[in-house]
Parts: sequence; structure tokens; C-alpha cells
Amino acid sequence: MALTSQDIARIANLARLELSENESERMLAQLNGFFGIVEKMRAVDTAGLTPLAHPVAAIQDVPLRLRDDVASEPDQREANQKSAPAVERGLFLVPKVIE
Amino acid sequence: MTSKLIQGYEVVIGFETHAQLATQSKIFSRAPTAFGAEPNTQACAVDLALPGTLPVMNREAVACAIKLGLALGSHIAPESIFARKNYFYPDLPKGYQISQFEIPVVQGGEVSFYLGDEKKTVRLVRAHLEEDAGKSLHEDFIGQSGIDLNRAGTPLLEIVTEPDMRGTEEAVAYAKELHKIVTWIGICDGNMQEGSFRCDANVSVRKPGQPLGTRREIKNLNSFKFMQQAIDYEIRWQIEQIEDGHAIQQATVLFDPDTGETRAMRTKEDAADYRYFPDPDLPPLRVSQQWIEDLRAQMSELPRSMAARFVAGYGLPEYDATTLTQSKAMAAYFEAAAQACGSPKLASNWVMGELSRRLNSEEIGIEQAKVGSAQLAALIGRINDGTISNNAARQVFDALWSGEATNVDAVIEAKGLKQMNDTGALEKIIDEVIAANPDNVAQFKAGKDKAFNALVGQAMKASKGKANPQQVNELLRARLAAL
Amino acid sequence: MSMTSTALHDLGVAQLAQALRERRVSAVEAAQHFLARAQAHQNLGAYVAVNADATLAQARAQDAAIAAGTAGPLAGVPIAHKDIFVTRGFPSTAGSKMLAGYQSPFDATVVTRLADAGAVTLGKLNCDEFAMGSANENSAVAPVGFEAPAPVRNPWDTDRIPGGSSGGSAVAVAARLAPAVTGTDTGGSIRQPASFCGITGIKPTYGRASRYGMIAFASSLDQAGPMARSAEDCALLLSAMCGPDPDRDSTSLDMPAEDFGRTLNDSLDGLRIGIPAEFFGEGLAPGVRAAVDAALKEYEKLGAKLVPISLPRTELSIPVYYIIAPAEASSNLSRFDGVKFGHRAKDYADLVDMYKKTRSQGFGDEVKRRIMIGTYVLSHGYYDAYYLQAQKIRRMIADDFQAAFRQCDLIAGPVAPTVAWKLGEHGSDPLADYLADIFTLPASLAGLPGMSVPAGFGEGGMPVGLQLIGNYFGEGRLLNAAHRLQQATDFHLRQPGGL
Repeated sequence: MALTSQDIARIANLARLELSENESERMLAQLNGFFGIVEKMRAVDTAGLTPLAHPVAAIQDVPLRLRDDVASEPDQREANQKSAPAVERGLFLVPKVIE
Repeated sequence: MTSKLIQGYEVVIGFETHAQLATQSKIFSRAPTAFGAEPNTQACAVDLALPGTLPVMNREAVACAIKLGLALGSHIAPESIFARKNYFYPDLPKGYQISQFEIPVVQGGEVSFYLGDEKKTVRLVRAHLEEDAGKSLHEDFIGQSGIDLNRAGTPLLEIVTEPDMRGTEEAVAYAKELHKIVTWIGICDGNMQEGSFRCDANVSVRKPGQPLGTRREIKNLNSFKFMQQAIDYEIRWQIEQIEDGHAIQQATVLFDPDTGETRAMRTKEDAADYRYFPDPDLPPLRVSQQWIEDLRAQMSELPRSMAARFVAGYGLPEYDATTLTQSKAMAAYFEAAAQACGSPKLASNWVMGELSRRLNSEEIGIEQAKVGSAQLAALIGRINDGTISNNAARQVFDALWSGEATNVDAVIEAKGLKQMNDTGALEKIIDEVIAANPDNVAQFKAGKDKAFNALVGQAMKASKGKANPQQVNELLRARLAAL
Repeated sequence: MSMTSTALHDLGVAQLAQALRERRVSAVEAAQHFLARAQAHQNLGAYVAVNADATLAQARAQDAAIAAGTAGPLAGVPIAHKDIFVTRGFPSTAGSKMLAGYQSPFDATVVTRLADAGAVTLGKLNCDEFAMGSANENSAVAPVGFEAPAPVRNPWDTDRIPGGSSGGSAVAVAARLAPAVTGTDTGGSIRQPASFCGITGIKPTYGRASRYGMIAFASSLDQAGPMARSAEDCALLLSAMCGPDPDRDSTSLDMPAEDFGRTLNDSLDGLRIGIPAEFFGEGLAPGVRAAVDAALKEYEKLGAKLVPISLPRTELSIPVYYIIAPAEASSNLSRFDGVKFGHRAKDYADLVDMYKKTRSQGFGDEVKRRIMIGTYVLSHGYYDAYYLQAQKIRRMIADDFQAAFRQCDLIAGPVAPTVAWKLGEHGSDPLADYLADIFTLPASLAGLPGMSVPAGFGEGGMPVGLQLIGNYFGEGRLLNAAHRLQQATDFHLRQPGGL
């Protein structure tokens, strides 16, 4: 199943990527090449199989660990915001969010 | 199901409620959840989605979900999955929200409540655990927004109903009942102004018998008043649109309290494609039967069962039982008073009546009531034994409430409120009243009951209010019958 | 008797640790020695960050600990970290412009564990951007000594790639710019560069080493592991790196830390080594085949028995991996949005424009490609056919291994179909790179431990690695097998000329 340039535009938008026309064309060709390889996979009969999320779950149970409800993280705003692009009065600044 | 039509249209409403869970730390990190801290002082590396950070699940958040499931009679999934809901927004640090999609922890269940005399039941689809997003602040910045991620990662339970509600009143009553339950069982502080309990209302209209109409979702209703205004407006708006020949477009809308109107948010075309997939950073959540039973044993009586107990045990009507179980504190107050005075119906009347009236007008909770349950019980005792009349009792209550005095008998004494119980004196008064009101007597004999009340009134007046109205009634009837 | 510093970089980790413990050399001397070597061979492009002050401060602390008798097992041993691990003292870039200059406020758990064992950080090592690549040609950061991104060069032939994504790591070990390093392996990123550079590397069982602090590429596949010149050295580092991290990583297993070197010298008598037919097909370069075959013969001499097995879905592992990994990556990389950290575009019209420009400027082509693939396969209508399907076949692949392990104790084969190719040779054809991953992907998908051990030389005189794959938690046995081979051969001791 081949992708179209509309698909490329839609996916790029979903992923918040901006591709030039050149880049879009190249991406389209590369992705279609890639999905050519993938087609064989789709034909495999996987009826009745459960997906393998955590690899080790193939041989043993891997349940979710639960931690105690303790608020132990101290305020580290300064260190955490050291690499922030734009901060004012402790807030991360972004272009206005319009709802 | 009774459905009040509006302009011939049936209203269909479903709710999605986000209840913030009252845990100490966040759902996936150990940062504190307390409200009102300085921006980003409660957002740790995990909450900020710094490179290399990973989520670790808070056991207490799961316990809260289980408790809600128990309270609503839901199925609690032995295994449920966390999924990523992917979208870009500045208050969503990872660019995805960890939520639950295909397999939530709580499934099904129901919420019942009374709308007037009618019992309503709203079915739940599910309740799932997820993390809250941060906040955007717009006021102080020109052309920019300031992002505070303190709230990011606060545990939420998203509680989703079937579209079972048929009107604004019912919807608000549902929300109030759900609010009561989550605060009662202690999983949520219910503080709507602080955003602890937020409702999204899905509203659509249709002609009866037609398939469901297109719904619009009113987001983030955080007061019952706004909920009612917003839904009312939305219903009228939708009907107007349809009547004008416009189809309803699916949309997310916001309620503007200043204008009283709902307004569609800027549509984001791909907003619906969240690309859900199971979060590879979190193995499946297991809830054992043992854990459920342990929590069940720890939970105190739930409002619905307590209400049922009040009906069965105290002979109270459903309405009373429901009203009295609006909070644990009120139910406890009532029970203490009822058991102390032995007159549950009277206790109920007083709690729902005089007491609640004052609590509401002074905007205080029952914990701050100025008349305690023991005092109320004593007061009711004095009504029961005929010492005072109902009228007098209200005066005593006033005195207690205002802090004039604390002892019921002392107030009765001080204000001379003791009823006249001396039958002889009362008979004399009644004879005098009968003699002084021949027209009323004649009318009563002719079959006009109203005339009886007039005679009673005269007798009460003559006794300066001290007569026991019941006694007056009995004696007067007896006297008149003998005429 | 003092150590002559010229021999320092010829010492293995065990020997160096001993020399440090016995104070024949100081941690400061050792650190300075390797910093100097790194500087002398900047042309290889291995290091992307150094900070001599920070390194020497750590070294001095280790010398003090050694003097006080409180030293850990790796006290004073200089190592370097792949720039996928966040570190407080050095910037962490993941090889990306998106994180140029990023200062992490915390250290990766693996980094902390190695530091607790006494290791001293020399610096950060070059890698493909966000660990996406098989040649280290996708790095978008300038190596130390350069102003702009520059090729990372295989020390055996500086016109060739070192492999990827842990290319800088492999180069540092092969050129002896560090006695041991950390790498990460998602689809082969430790094993393949180890093979191409003639060194030893191991990826443990998924979940054995904490992923906290590893800048995430594909969550269900990423694993940290050591790279060094011998199995013995890898065992020392792996023992320090592995262990449960319940407070920080929910996918980390409750397996207690282990001394993986305990069984290094065990006999291989009766060891059944499975040889998958699918790993020896037509695409295998003759020189690679010859080296691998020779290594297998050595194993027979050591008492092992070769057992033919089948891993029927080997070829399927390519589409399965290249669906799952990009899907997870597309989501993991959404946090790079210019809001909280990292690059933000200078000019933009509004919020959405800010996102798009930031991400388009910050990410390189391969990363964008994988984000696009990942976004697509998760998008509405495609999830079942692609992602879900791939995860189901993944289970089949894991089951295939379990079936195989009923007939053998280890699986052996080539790491890659060829030796390292020339810089720029694969050009802008990403598919060629993907297809070359065919032998390393299956163990990644199954979460099994895998190693690359130097097995000889192939085309162009370039190193060839033998891949060993163990069953879950079988790192000890893998290292044992590798060690016995290294006792019988000397490929791991050979050194590229001119260094």
C-alpha cells in the first residue's frame, strides 16, 4: 500500500515536522521503499497471539511495580530549568496558547 | 424513563469527570501534589520530561481507583494497561499523556440519586487512571503564555458515563452525587475551585425516536452553577441551530461564565488522532482479589448503603435518607441525634430543615454547626415529652445557635417556653373559645374543617402559645363532638 | 615499582584496576594519560565532550578512596560514556543539535553505578543521533577538536565507518582512548560497532541494566552495556552496571546484581552451540563467513558441540524492528518541543510554527525519517496492521528462540553480513543500513543477551566479530564462552597500526 504526498503532509503535521518540498518528495520515496519491505510482515498469520511488550514477558511474568506514596522530590527548579529556552518568574514561556 | 422535552427535542447528556486523587505524590513521580505552590517548584525531572526520565507508578493512586470501583459496584480489572495518548501542547511535557485506553482499571458501575421523587441511575462505562497536564497562564504575558508544570503528573481518575442523562437537572444531580461519593470515600478533596473535580459534558439533542444527534463537548466545568448554565445554553443553542437548518458539527466547546455562552474551541484537524499504544515504560497493572478485599474491608459504609440502612432501620423516606447521606459528617450528625433522642424522623426534619437552612445561609459545613447533635437530641426530647411546642423549639434552637446559651432546659426556663400541660386550665380555655366563637362552631358542625383551625388558633392565642397544640386539638374535638 | 605510562593503555581493565589498587599508578595519572591520548587522536571523532577539571576531580577523589581503603572494584579506572547517557558534569547531546549544550541535572543510573564502583569519567562519546544509525554517520554534533560534525573513523581503516550507533564508544576502545566504555544497544548498536572495530561488547538481557538516564530511543529495546577489549573487562563493567532500579525504571527487572565474571573460566565441555541456518545464507561476505567458521572450529576444539538450529523468522525481524522501534521513538521524541529544554527555533509565527521549526531544525534526516515511520504506523487505521502485528510477530520470534534453546545453550553466528564499509558508501539509502542489521535484530526483539567477540579479519583486513546469543539472564555463560575463545585466540589483543 503506497503512501501519497497527502499522507506525508498529514504525518509531518501530526509529528510537528516541517518538510520542504524536496524533503517531502524524498521522504515519500524513502517511506514507500521502506513499506515495500514491510508488506511481507502483514501477511503473517498471527491469530491468537498476544503482543510481546516487555521482552522478558516471553518467559516470565513482568508486572508493574508500585511505589509508596511519598513526596520525596525536593524543589530543584533552578537546576531543572538550566537548559530552558525561555523562562520568566519560574514559568516556561511559549508563544501564546490560543484556545 | 421520563424525558422532559425541550421544544420537542430530547436532550442526551453523558459526562466525563476528572477527579484529582488526594495522594501525597504524583502518579508517576515523587514530586508533591499540594495546590498553590510557586510555579515549577513541584515539577521534578520526570514531570518535566527531561531526557532519560521514566515513570514509576504510585500505589495509592491505584488504591483510589479500586475504592471508587467498589463504591460504584464496578468490575475491577485484574490486569489493565497504561497507554500513551500522543499530542503536542505546551502543558503536556512529554508530548503524550500516560492514560489508559483499551483496558481501564475500573469497568462499568453506576451512580444512583434522586431527582425530586424519582430515582435515577446513570451507568458508568469506565473509570481509568491518567496523569494531569500542567497549566497555561496568559494574563501577565503579552503574546506569550507562561507554563507551570506543577500540576503535570497529578493523578486523575477519568470517570466516563453512558449518555444516560436526559436533562440539565439530572446532569447536575449526577455530578453532585459523584462529587459526594469521591469525597465521601476520601479519594478526592472535591475542591472544585482548585480544579480537583472537573466535568466535561457531552450534549446532543434529537427528536424522540431518532438516532443520537451529533454531540458537542463542553469542557472543564468546575462549578455546579456553571454546569447548569452551560448545559442549558448549549441545549438552546443546538436546538436553535437545528431549527435554523444548520447541522451540528462535532466540537469541543468552552463555557464563558461572563457571557453565559458556550463557544467552540479552535478546531485542530488532527486532534482526534492520538495514536494510542501501550506505554512500553509501564508493564501491565495487576490488581489482586486480595488487594480488593483488603480495601473493601477498610472502606466505611458507602452513602447508598447507609441511606438504605436509614430507610430500613429508621423508617425514613428515601428522600430523607438521601439528603442526610450527602456527606459523612451530616450522616454522622443525624445518627447521633436520632439515636440519642429516639425519634429519627424528627431528627431528620430538624437536620434537613432548620440546621441545613442555617448552614447554607452562613456558608459553613456541618462540622462548624453551632448546635451539636447532642443538643439537638435534647431539644427533640423536650418536644417529644410535651415540654415545649414546635414553635417554642425553634426559639430554643435560635438561642443555642446564637450562642446565648448551651443548655436546652436552661433556655426553656429562661424564656418561659414551657407548654401548658395542665388539662384543666386548657379545658377552661377551650370552653371559653367555643363560647366566644359561635359562628366558627356552627361552620365546623356544618362540615367546614377550616373553622376548626380557627378555633385552634384562638385557643393557642388565649394560652399565649403555651398550650400543647396536640392537646388543644384533642380536647377541642372532644368538646365539639359532645355539643 | 612504578608503571611506565606508555603501557597504561595496553592494560585491560582488570590489570589497570589492580595497578591502581596497589597504587603503582594513581587515578590522576591514569586519567591524564587517557585524556592525552584522546586529544592526540581527535581526528577519529570519538569524543564529543571532555572536561579535564571534572575528570581530574573525580580521579583525585578515587585516589583518596584508594588511600583510605574505601575504594570500589573499579576505583580510578577511567571510562567514557556514550552520549546517550545523561551526566551532570558533562553536556548530554544524544548526538543531536536538539540537545546541543544540554546540562542534565541528574546522572543516568548506569553512570552512577559505575561511579559508585569507582570509575572516573573521561568524557562523552560520539554516537548516531538518538542512537539511530548503523555507521555513526548520523551524528549532528561536533567531535572534540572540530567546529562541525565530522566523520567518526574506524581506527583499523580511517576511511571506513566504525559502525553504529555506539561508534564513538567502539572507536575509543579500539584506539585505546579509554580502557572501557559504555554503549547502548537497541538493534545491535553495541554488537555491530564492536564487531567492526575488533573489540568486545555485550548487551545484557532487557531489563537487567536500568534505562533511567538513557535518552530514550525505543523503550522496549534499549539496553546499556559495556564495550572493552576483552570479555573479562566487560564482565567487570557489566557487574557494576546491572542491577534492579525499582525506584526509577519500571521495566528494570528484580534480578539482583551479579558477578558476571564468576564463571569466566568454566569449561566449555559439552556446551551446545546452536548455528542458525538463516544466519549463514547468501548475503554473508566470504571473509566474514571464514572468520566466523574458524571461531566455531575453535569452540569445537574447546569441547563445544555445534548444533544446527533454525530461527525461521530471522528475515521478518527487519520489518518488525523497523516498525516497533520508530513507533516508540516517534513518541519518545515528542518531548523535544522547544518548551522546557533543548533547541528552540529563533523565529516563528506562532506555537505550532515554533514546534515545527524547532523540531525540523533540531532533528537530522534519519531521525525525521523514523519519526515519520513511527507516527504513520501508530496513526488511526494503521495501528492493528503494523504496530500490533509487529508486536505479535515479535512474540513468535521470542518463541522461536525458546524452541532453539531447548536444543542448545548458546547461539552463535555473524554479527553483520559484511565488514565495516567505506565512509559515505551507503549514501542516502537508509534501507541498506536497515537490511544489514538482520543478525542483531532478532536478539534485540526477544530481549536476549548478546555479545560480539573478535573472531578474526575479513575483507580489507577489517575486523570480524562473532555474535553469541544467550538465553534470558545468561550473561555469565556468554562471557564465559567469549573468555575461553579469547584464551585460545589473540584477535582481541590485536591493535590497529599507528596508534
